[in-house]
Amino acid sequence: MSLTYLAQEAQEITGGGYGAIGYGLAAIGPGIGVGIVVGKAIEGIARQPELAGQIRTNMFLGIAFTEALALIGLVAGFIF
Amino acid sequence: MAAEFHPPSLSDFFPPAILFEGTPFELDRLMLVRIVMTVVLLAFFFLAMRSPKIVPRGIQNVGEMALGFVKDQIADEVLGKEQGRRFLPVLATIFFAVLFLNFSGIIPFINISSNARIGMPIVLAAIAYIVFNYVGIKKYGFFKYVKSSIVVPGVPLPLHFLLIPIEFVSTFILRPFTLTVRLMANMLAGHIMLVLFFSATQFFFFEAAAGMKVFGIFSLVAGFGFTLFEMLVIFLQAYVFALLTAVYIDLALHADSH
Repeated sequence: MSLTYLAQEAQEITGGGYGAIGYGLAAIGPGIGVGIVVGKAIEGIARQPELAGQIRTNMFLGIAFTEALALIGLVAGFIF
Repeated sequence: MAAEFHPPSLSDFFPPAILFEGTPFELDRLMLVRIVMTVVLLAFFFLAMRSPKIVPRGIQNVGEMALGFVKDQIADEVLGKEQGRRFLPVLATIFFAVLFLNFSGIIPFINISSNARIGMPIVLAAIAYIVFNYVGIKKYGFFKYVKSSIVVPGVPLPLHFLLIPIEFVSTFILRPFTLTVRLMANMLAGHIMLVLFFSATQFFFFEAAAGMKVFGIFSLVAGFGFTLFEMLVIFLQAYVFALLTAVYIDLALHADSH
């Protein structure tokens, strides 16, 4: 098959769905990140149960920061 | 003949105007929901604190427990007793505003969260931004506050050229932006999921071909489960917004001792 034949048969890709792919890629990092934060928090609570309140507060802070990136990915899929 | 299923889209969030159409004050369904939920919030606290007794009962008890939660878990935990007392009004306002405005997302016939369009989260994030910057500038003076927020001590000079823009963007630009987007995107995603599950149930039970009716049960159960999850998300977003505001205020108060 010559290149000109292939070039003639080429079609443009239409259709959407790129937002969903973008969000799927954007959610990999925060998914791992939130898992690490919560896992470490659980480890910390298991080692020192009397600090559970403070550890829990810091865990929520960490979750908020990492989850923000996933949510920006979600909104960016809608905008672009 | 198979009917078409129309999944929810972004145009759900921009319904047609109901009142005052064409002016800057036009009210559509979502603005009316915001107004209604604000009135509910004001009525709740007015009724709770109307004639306060030393030993609270009934609705005053509920109001005091809620305020006690904000005071103990958010204000005192992050800011300490004295500064926590000083900032409790701002933090309580932000927490209860986010909580009550989010709550309309799971009320059956309203079904849209008042924070799902970006206007209201921008207002709340602007309040938090003005408060923490005002506190820092008042304590340290403008240039010393900005300098100690941006410059990281104990770092060799070439690295400063990299770190200062990063710190500036992260402290003064990204903080209100992420506060806004976090709240809005959570409420937007929750609304779209809930509407998807319940409209899928409606479609499967009433409009689909006979073989597909059984899927309606799955989507109904999923809708119910997701409503419970959405309650957790509503409370968690209110807690995280107020907690982050408290942390930013604390960082501004202690800007010279990172």
